[in-house]
Amino acid sequence: MTSKVASMADAVRDLVRDGDTVAIEGFTHLISFAAGHEIIRQRRRDLTLCRLTPDLIYDQMVAAGVARKLVFSWLGNPGVGGLGAIRRRIEGEIPEEPLEVEEYSHFGMVGRYTAGAMNLPFFPLRSYFETDLPVANPLIRPIASPYGDGTVYAVPPLRPDVTIVHAQRASAGGDTQVWGLLGCQKEAAFAAERVIVVVEDLVDEAVIRADPNRTIIPGLIVDAVVVEPWGAHPSYVQGAYDRDNRFYLDWDPISRDEAATQAWLREWVHGVEDRAGYIEKLGAERVASLRPSASAPSGSVDYGAYR
Amino acid sequence: MTELAPFSKSEMMIVAAARALAGQGVCFVGVGLPNIAVNLAKRTVAPDLELVYEAGVFGARPARLPLSIGDPTIVTGATAVVSMLELFGYYLQRGLIDVGFLGAAQIDRFGNINTTVIGDYAHPKTRLPGSGGACEIAINARQVFVIMRQSKRSFVEAIDFRTSPGNLGGAEEAERIRREGGWLGRGPTVVVTDLGIYHFDERGEMRLDSLHPGATLDAVRETIGWEVVVSNDLAETPPPSAEELRLIREELDPGGVYTK
Repeated sequence: MTSKVASMADAVRDLVRDGDTVAIEGFTHLISFAAGHEIIRQRRRDLTLCRLTPDLIYDQMVAAGVARKLVFSWLGNPGVGGLGAIRRRIEGEIPEEPLEVEEYSHFGMVGRYTAGAMNLPFFPLRSYFETDLPVANPLIRPIASPYGDGTVYAVPPLRPDVTIVHAQRASAGGDTQVWGLLGCQKEAAFAAERVIVVVEDLVDEAVIRADPNRTIIPGLIVDAVVVEPWGAHPSYVQGAYDRDNRFYLDWDPISRDEAATQAWLREWVHGVEDRAGYIEKLGAERVASLRPSASAPSGSVDYGAYR
Repeated sequence: MTELAPFSKSEMMIVAAARALAGQGVCFVGVGLPNIAVNLAKRTVAPDLELVYEAGVFGARPARLPLSIGDPTIVTGATAVVSMLELFGYYLQRGLIDVGFLGAAQIDRFGNINTTVIGDYAHPKTRLPGSGGACEIAINARQVFVIMRQSKRSFVEAIDFRTSPGNLGGAEEAERIRREGGWLGRGPTVVVTDLGIYHFDERGEMRLDSLHPGATLDAVRETIGWEVVVSNDLAETPPPSAEELRLIREELDPGGVYTK
């Protein structure tokens, strides 16, 4: 199989275009901050950013001016507070940088990716009844069951131009394996026109084939494989490094202040060349503190050989 | 008997919320205060409680209290890790969740919840996080518990945006709509605040059934935006035990993030 391995700079240059609908997915786990920062460095513009939880990465990207619109279901810094840069733009504090929003619930967003992945015209779900969400977002619409069995709500398919996911490992051909929280990366990847996979480890195809149940995305739909250890910091990678909760707590006062947010971007995004530079700046001590306290390997299963 | 240590209003609220989970089977854990309350319940009144995290975990056994509801500790040692499509589809919408535990920014007398905006949606005074999974949890979990601090800004006559349905305009309307719509949930049943514990009366309206030690009816009325119904048999919530306080302070929240 031909190698799809690329540098982050090349992958973003080739596959993320101004005006694109972009999904950097991963529910608290495996968020590709490395890709988000590269998109900022390359000064993409007018992106529609999709994520269930915009998280710190979209707060940073919105602050950097790459986005025109945000599609989401939960807008916050989990357990800490709000996302200041995004809030300021929604609340109109920075009128020269308005941000359009399109809002669903979690299940609605997951359903949208699923419909996109399955080439369906909509996804039906039992949510939104008697709420203001369909008023705020008229794309959420009631539909009667064709079998006369009541009414559900429908959400439209979401088909990103490019989906970017971080994973523990992939082969050079893009076959990608994940363990730990799975979020909706599989659905977001199958829904997308182009897919970038960012991994901690590049592995031989034999490693993938030894454990096929763990493959969530086949190389078939992958355009680029970027090898970027620690590329998910301050989010986490199950078994490799912990969520950097200190970073999430520290972001709160930075994010509350536009000048502090811009200063952070200058120092930590524009001020470093790439992810390796970011990790070096973060420091060996901080990095070491995020290692799991002990190993917890899975048992292995026997697939058997059938010749 | 040992003397009880002084405790904060937040600690009392978390303890009361945890105790409300006694006897429950499967609980969907929300972000923030529900997270610590449910984890306390698991260590006290409800050791067999199955913790479900919307991130895609059934039967979580978190070894530490996660700051976020997505954290590697909810995965290691869990019964099952599933995609969010499966979690919301097979576990929640299928009707397997006994209690959905939610927080809120605004609530009205019928338990309708706002977590979306303060002010007008298009031009909000304050942009809040939004639904997350709350909307579908409120509809599909068999019952909903709410934990939140009381204030005139949060306990309001009319919420600014209905993110998650409670008892709508009253029990009669809510029961009809749930029946006709085939909802599996019966809506909110318990609201725990920093001042007391509420259940819902036959009209579907919040009723104060228990006052926390140190709280007064005046304080309750000053922090509710409507004429609140008070039970004729108003109880006093038993104070936190030494063990409950130890678990919160030493094991669950040594940094005081939740109890600040």
